[in-house]
Amino acid sequence: MPVKAPAREQIPFRRSLARLAPEARRIIPRLVAGLGVGLSASVLAVLVPQVFRAIIDTLLRAGATPSAVVSAAVVVLIMGVLEALLTFLRRIFVLDPATNVEASLRVTLYRHLQLLPVSFHDRWGSGQLLSRAMTDLNMLRRWLAFGAIYLVISITTVIVGIAMLFTISWQLALIFLAAAVPISIYSFRFRRQFVAASRRSQDQAGDLATAVEESVHGIRVLKAFGRSREALENFTLQAEELRATEVTKARHLAVFSMVVTLLPELALGTGLMVGLWLAATNQITVGALAAFFATAAAVANPVEMSGALVGMALTAKTAIDRHYEVRDEPVSIADPKEPRRLARPRGALAFRSVRFAYEPSRSRSAERKDDGARPVLRDIDLELVPGETMALVGLTGSGKSTLLQLVPRLYEVSGGSVEIDGVDVRSLALSDLRRIVSVAFEDTTLFSTSVRDNVLLGASTREGPEAEALLQEALDVAQAHFAYSLPEGVDTRIGEEGLSLSGGQRQRIALARAIAAKPAVLVLDDPLSALDVATEERVEARLRQVLAETTTLIVAHRPSTVALADRVALLRDGVIDDVGTHSELLARNSHYRYVIASLDTAPRDLDSELEAGDLDDLEEAR
Amino acid sequence: MSHAPRTARGTSRPGAPEAHAEDDVVLSREESRAVRRRSLRLLAELIRPVRVRFWATLGMVVVSQATKAAGPAIIALGVDRALPALLHGDSLLVWLTGAAYLAAALTTAGLTAGYVTSTAKLSQAMLLDLRVRVFRHTQRLSLDFHEHYTSGRIISRQTSDLEALRELLDSGVSSLVSGILFMLFTAATVFLLDWPSGFIMLTAAAPMFALARWYQKRSQVAYRASRVASARLIVHFVETMTGIRAVKAFRKEAENNEVFGGLAEDYRKVTARSIQLNGILQPGLVLIGNVTVAVVLLVAGLRVLDGTLAVGVLLALVLSVKRFYQPVADMAMFYNSFQSAQAALEKVSGLLEEVPTVVPPRDPTPLPDPRGEVRFDRVEFGYGEGPVVLPEFSLDIPAGQTVALVGATGAGKSTLAKLIARFYDVTSGAVMLDGVDLRRLSTTDLRRAVVMVTQEAFLFSGSVADNIALGRPTATRAEVEAAAKAVGAHDFIEALPEGYDTDVNKRGGRVSAGQRQLISFARAFLAAPAVLILDEATSSLDIPSERLVQAGLAKLLAQRERTAIIIAHRLSTVEIADRVLVMDGGRIVEDGTPEELIRGGGRFAALHGAWRESLV
Repeated sequence: MPVKAPAREQIPFRRSLARLAPEARRIIPRLVAGLGVGLSASVLAVLVPQVFRAIIDTLLRAGATPSAVVSAAVVVLIMGVLEALLTFLRRIFVLDPATNVEASLRVTLYRHLQLLPVSFHDRWGSGQLLSRAMTDLNMLRRWLAFGAIYLVISITTVIVGIAMLFTISWQLALIFLAAAVPISIYSFRFRRQFVAASRRSQDQAGDLATAVEESVHGIRVLKAFGRSREALENFTLQAEELRATEVTKARHLAVFSMVVTLLPELALGTGLMVGLWLAATNQITVGALAAFFATAAAVANPVEMSGALVGMALTAKTAIDRHYEVRDEPVSIADPKEPRRLARPRGALAFRSVRFAYEPSRSRSAERKDDGARPVLRDIDLELVPGETMALVGLTGSGKSTLLQLVPRLYEVSGGSVEIDGVDVRSLALSDLRRIVSVAFEDTTLFSTSVRDNVLLGASTREGPEAEALLQEALDVAQAHFAYSLPEGVDTRIGEEGLSLSGGQRQRIALARAIAAKPAVLVLDDPLSALDVATEERVEARLRQVLAETTTLIVAHRPSTVALADRVALLRDGVIDDVGTHSELLARNSHYRYVIASLDTAPRDLDSELEAGDLDDLEEAR
Repeated sequence: MSHAPRTARGTSRPGAPEAHAEDDVVLSREESRAVRRRSLRLLAELIRPVRVRFWATLGMVVVSQATKAAGPAIIALGVDRALPALLHGDSLLVWLTGAAYLAAALTTAGLTAGYVTSTAKLSQAMLLDLRVRVFRHTQRLSLDFHEHYTSGRIISRQTSDLEALRELLDSGVSSLVSGILFMLFTAATVFLLDWPSGFIMLTAAAPMFALARWYQKRSQVAYRASRVASARLIVHFVETMTGIRAVKAFRKEAENNEVFGGLAEDYRKVTARSIQLNGILQPGLVLIGNVTVAVVLLVAGLRVLDGTLAVGVLLALVLSVKRFYQPVADMAMFYNSFQSAQAALEKVSGLLEEVPTVVPPRDPTPLPDPRGEVRFDRVEFGYGEGPVVLPEFSLDIPAGQTVALVGATGAGKSTLAKLIARFYDVTSGAVMLDGVDLRRLSTTDLRRAVVMVTQEAFLFSGSVADNIALGRPTATRAEVEAAAKAVGAHDFIEALPEGYDTDVNKRGGRVSAGQRQLISFARAFLAAPAVLILDEATSSLDIPSERLVQAGLAKLLAQRERTAIIIAHRLSTVEIADRVLVMDGGRIVEDGTPEELIRGGGRFAALHGAWRESLV
């Protein structure tokens, strides 16, 4: 279920548009110039039929000369060339400004998104953000360059054209008007319906794509259980729904195109009969009748478009609103006004009465309301001396990963403070803080660039022999030697667009990245979970040397990882249950034994170390 | 979905075999002829079931364009014939021309609506057919195919390629055909009314054609460039947003801003270029049209003076000439959609031509009540034409035995296990279940008898209950819950917002990796096969959960004679095994009960010792 955009209040059209002002101000002169030439072009197009009228009337009068025909043709030619030229100019005027506004809004949005806290990104899926950065802004550009100007031009053309029709004959003009008004109303309504239907078909197409994606990613499961037929049936059902929607959409379109072609033609047909009668009774000239048809032809298109253009303006307004909805999100984790500096960080890390609760989710109000109320972490007091390695142990969901992410301020504490060398992390500049603290996550994120750039991402130097040595050391500690045997060695592109690596390989690169940053504080979230036993052992042996000088907080699920640590903190339901060395905890804490010890599954032939406490824990597990 | 980033098309993707012709950019002449024939054949197959509608649609397009083009001629008739008649007091012709005009308008409008709907039905029927074909075929294709044909490519076959086809079928073809017909009929009308004007119009068609051709060539380049630029922009954007934690943690923001700024500017430039092309095409068309109107006005006007042409005809000529060029802009764009649809069809037909290597037998041997005895009879295996992965070996696993497969990464454990599930077929020899060659079993019988649970516990969108029920779709809710209880997943599932009915989101978003494994375990428990294969199925569980799973597993295996094959790095799983097979370099190097092997002092003993050390 994709994250739905939060419901928003109705913002008046003018206020939405006004928000664009800072970006739009620079381009307004050119937009106005574009509008000016565009208007002139369309007025020319509407005036040409008047020349037809004059020349046809002249031709029908006795004593017409060839020079009259020639001059009429020359006038038509000049007006025609001018119309083309002005059309060309209109595009020249608006092209650059519109694309520039689009590009600058896109870049600004991206910058803002990078500043927004992780908690914002937890709420908003990347697909939702992408559609705001691409589809919405494309829409806005099209509207600025075309829709907005064309709306004014079309309305002006229709008004001028109908005025012209009235100069020809009020009867004929009324007939045309009778067709034009319903068309623009109908085309406005049609656009709304059609946009709704399109959105539905987009949703269904998205669901279908998800079904395809899942059927491919889950192919092993489907094959293992022999469920391909069920998957196919489901898919067919969904595909048929999409087809039905598409056909409905086409029906809307068909009715629309029928109405917009039929009504003007009906008006013209009636106009033909009435016009002939008017001409026969000498109320109008034949030239005027000709001008009626030529003018009607020139106005028909703008009439048809005016409604759709109003609809387009509304869509553009929505796009603007959606854009600023994200832009208005506050950057809640930012640099302090006067940041303090740690000249030489030693890496003393302390949590002081830390409390943390996720922000109440605004998007899913009803079902997850309680999230905000229940803190994930409470009363966390923990101190690490420089160079110390502390393991965090606890069951899934006990808050280990959350605690780690408070250190580099990926999340902000709800109460209490996190301190490095006695300084609250909130009073450090973010870039300084994140230079001091380096992390490796359980779900590794690698970027689409070379292995080298991925590893040296947080390093102080990224080029030269020093960087090379750093790279080599980091890859060696993380046991990521495989990088050298990739097709292009450490220059091989990995990530989304490059070579795909296995889970274990990705974890080792991510670990190397954290190490290469040479941080004072290292934060590791179960960084070895995807490694096999032998590799894990080698990584640990090397890691132990590195960790000797670095303050480390490491989430551990296995006794082997705990062995790296000087002390262990046991988390239970968001509070620190106990702190001590591994053997101390093992001796005194039954919950610890329950979480970390595997011995109750040990072979029967070995001396059983089962204690009474363990049996209790087994009870607890049931 | 047109935004779906495409994976490495055409570019040489290291590691991916170059076997797929549809992704190659440069093809020899024979190859490209074969590819074209292949896609035309597919197109013909898709049209065949809907051919009646196809011809009916075409008929509607022809008639509607003819009546549309007739309008100005009827007006000319009115001015030149009906008006004089009316002046003589005969109103019949006025009524007739008026009625003819209205009839033509009604026919045009009705048939236009008709063919718009009909085209959509036609194209949607073809697309549905193609979608289901591609889906069925990818499901049928064997795993070795899926291993080298990336999922991203299959997804883009089903999304962006089919979207390209849809665009062509929905609007491209009908706008092209109706455009051509309209121009033909208009030209015919003009020639019939006055052939010199017809010639003028045709002369003007030459620069028009040149302009359209120029536009089509340039826009094709611009269109491709814009797809490349937008794809790069999108990939970077999505990568930043999905990896925002790492971006922040490693202070990549400034660098990203620079990269994104560059990409956004590239995209702006290519967009601007394609708009510019339109900015030349459209005024150009207006210019040519207007100049032609002026020339026709001059020539025809002079002939009206001569008395060789009626004034109504002059009006009709001017109106027709002005309308003649309207479809050109649409037609110039047609080529873009035609080209991308052609490329799409070539790729899709290529995918459909892939032959499954693991196929169910025509007349399968029934196995209604499997016991679970597995036998490898002089089996040798290598992937496709590749090197031998498992050299010839034989192995007997009696029904009811629990076997642990142990060995380093790449030793061949998973490969051996996958042979039992018939994810691959052996190169030589045979794998038998209860004495029947796996290749003789129907898919239904095989999947009922053998189930494999892998490390990547994949969840489909839908509820937790749905996901478990995948193991046995006929299972009741009580049975689903019993399975979840057996693996210790019940408690956390109950704690989810809607319990068993909680939607697990796309790709198991809201449940952790460990919980995902528990759910996929429950799935296997529900299926309760005669042979259960677990490949690293507990790697993400924390120790207490692993204990629960093992207890459940022991219960399941004890319930009934059931064969189990277990692969695990963590040796704790091995403890419940009756027998251990140690593998190295594709060979089974040790075989015995755990106790025997530990006593024997071989590899397993060493591994086991190290593992014991690591425990508390």
